[in-house]
Amino acid sequence: MTVDELDELRQTAMRQWDELHSKPHVTVGNATCGQGVGALETLNAIHDFLTERGVECDVVEVGCIGMCYAEPIMSVSLPGMPAVFYGEATPERACEILELHLLSKKPVAEYALGTVGEGSIDGIPNLFETPMMKKQVRRLLSRCGFVEPTNLMHYLATGGFDGLKRALSMEPSQIIDELRRAGLRGRGGVGFPTWRKWLTCIQTPSDEKFVVCNAHEGDPGIFVNRVLLESDPYSVLEGLLIAGYTVGASNGFIYCGAEYPLAFERLTAAIKALEGVGLLGDDILGSGFSFRVWLVKGAGAYVCGEETALIASIEGERGMPRARPPFPAAKGLWDKPTVVNNVETLAYVPHILRHGAEWFAEYGTERSKGTKAFSLTGKVERPGVIEVPLGMTLREIISELGGGSSTEKRIKAVQIGGPGGGCIPESMFDLPVDYESLAPTGAMMGAGGIVVMDEDTCMVDMARHLIQFSQCESCGKCVPCRLGTKQMLAILEGITEGNGNESDIVLLEEIADAMKVGSLCGLGQAAPNPVLTTIRHFRDEYEEHIRLHRCRAGVCKALSS
Amino acid sequence: MGLVGGELERRLEEILGAFCGKRSELIPILQRIQNEFGYLPEDALVKVSRFIGVPEAHVYGVASFYEQLRLRQLGKNIITICRGTSCYVCGSSKLIDEAKSVLGIDEGETTPDLKWTLETVTCLGMCAHAPCAIVNGKVYGKMTPKKLVSIIRAVEGGRRS
Repeated sequence: MTVDELDELRQTAMRQWDELHSKPHVTVGNATCGQGVGALETLNAIHDFLTERGVECDVVEVGCIGMCYAEPIMSVSLPGMPAVFYGEATPERACEILELHLLSKKPVAEYALGTVGEGSIDGIPNLFETPMMKKQVRRLLSRCGFVEPTNLMHYLATGGFDGLKRALSMEPSQIIDELRRAGLRGRGGVGFPTWRKWLTCIQTPSDEKFVVCNAHEGDPGIFVNRVLLESDPYSVLEGLLIAGYTVGASNGFIYCGAEYPLAFERLTAAIKALEGVGLLGDDILGSGFSFRVWLVKGAGAYVCGEETALIASIEGERGMPRARPPFPAAKGLWDKPTVVNNVETLAYVPHILRHGAEWFAEYGTERSKGTKAFSLTGKVERPGVIEVPLGMTLREIISELGGGSSTEKRIKAVQIGGPGGGCIPESMFDLPVDYESLAPTGAMMGAGGIVVMDEDTCMVDMARHLIQFSQCESCGKCVPCRLGTKQMLAILEGITEGNGNESDIVLLEEIADAMKVGSLCGLGQAAPNPVLTTIRHFRDEYEEHIRLHRCRAGVCKALSS
Repeated sequence: MGLVGGELERRLEEILGAFCGKRSELIPILQRIQNEFGYLPEDALVKVSRFIGVPEAHVYGVASFYEQLRLRQLGKNIITICRGTSCYVCGSSKLIDEAKSVLGIDEGETTPDLKWTLETVTCLGMCAHAPCAIVNGKVYGKMTPKKLVSIIRAVEGGRRS
């Protein structure tokens, strides 16, 4: 495919897109989260309804808009009116909505979440003015819930491959400069500047280089990457293509966790479509750049989210991390220089190339530029995925976007950053969320998973649960992690079972120190964080467990509440 | 219901025929074999080690490392309960306890009649609808112990009729 052919295809795509939007049509959010609460049943009911009534109407299966709390979500669009998004669209409710809105042109305010598009409808707010959406800046998520994820024409109609087109007209050094000026940092949690990683790979001489997309979103309590992969897979592939061109790789790998079968399926379809039109393969857009993508399915090992373990797994080995340096950017897959980037990082790259570094850096803080997607879950009124400027406070995120507690109990803390993150008490919710600002709490932003806990959660038991997780998932290669998690778990089990000792807290802290310093990879280094942060912020709960044999949350069954 | 040597051999040949025997193909090969047989029979591991040219211990090492590769036959029906953080906060341990008591097996075990396997998974990414479970491939959000039992009963009822 040449640049002219791409432009032509885009013209067709935009025509089709306009045509779709000039006719009545219905969308249904069909990602794993929607399916888990009946989106497929809703979809079937909609098709049955339309067949029975003999109504011709396009039904578009879109991805997840992020308002997971209201799923299944559907929308109805009629010409001359804004689209209306509806929540909790069970099969019965979907039929009722179609009857009233689609057939009788009477939008159903009672079930509506909001309107999208020009114009307004009495009694229904603009969706982007509603509490969960209002403070969001949706860039990464701009297509999620609005396009058919594997439909290349939808991607092209919404600016897809503009970034690649521009990148291919630039020198790699100019792309690096663009990313440097943007200030994009890795979204997987560590926050390493993306341009620097790419530059190291460029500067390491080698006959072959690789780019790898880390789509193994193993952290429990986070599903940002899943939503992106299932709702906008082409953006990740376009990012990978740009990375490949920049560092001089002709092969890219996507390592997708086995826990995400739908993401795998949609990536497979998207890769096939790109191969079909020549956006993957030889001489892409007449640039002389050739690139192929290999989709690798994980086999279920949390530690494979660590980049050197992930590389070992692609090579067909046990997924065990190795000491760094050398970093993969210098010596990675089959010992060749390899860039490993997270899904969200790569998905952002085409947007930056398309709109420019300054556009990206409009939002965020001095050191943490741009917007970031977060998943908000647990005891919160509106769980889902949101995208906000880095630097927004936890309180804004939880109270305003999330709507506060979903129970009558008070929110007590959040668990942030995956099992290696930490627990932050409610009293510290005014801290901004970015790469550095949470450091005083002992926790970290990580990949952006925020799990809200109310007074029904016992913080000692939560620490025990998270350490148990790390203990299960420790690969066993290095001693501090293998034995440290085991010993910490034993101590925490003792405390939660009423057999705690006064010396336990000090002992936990000592083990934690050794693990932080001595562990080979991030898993072992970060595993003690939930224990250390709960000791720091909820020491009274530990002491109650140990001294009074009391668990105020009533979780630890062996103790009184 | 062990496979007779010849039959296993034939189906394995077919699977291996699609690969060239590179070391990096080990996990995809094991995944394909598991798709075919539901688990990794010992004879198959031996055969794979010869095909790729690595020690049997290496194949076993890889097969036993990954959670989703199984060395034992699974039940006809599989329940997978998420033990991710959000699910835990929202009560997944009650689901696990209920499933254990109804099926009479522990996590990771299969009933002696090979009807049910109970598993847990690190995170399904369905956290917004915690707690979550998968029964025979179908994902359920906002699961309750009661709902889980009724699904188990429905599957059992359906199998009898």
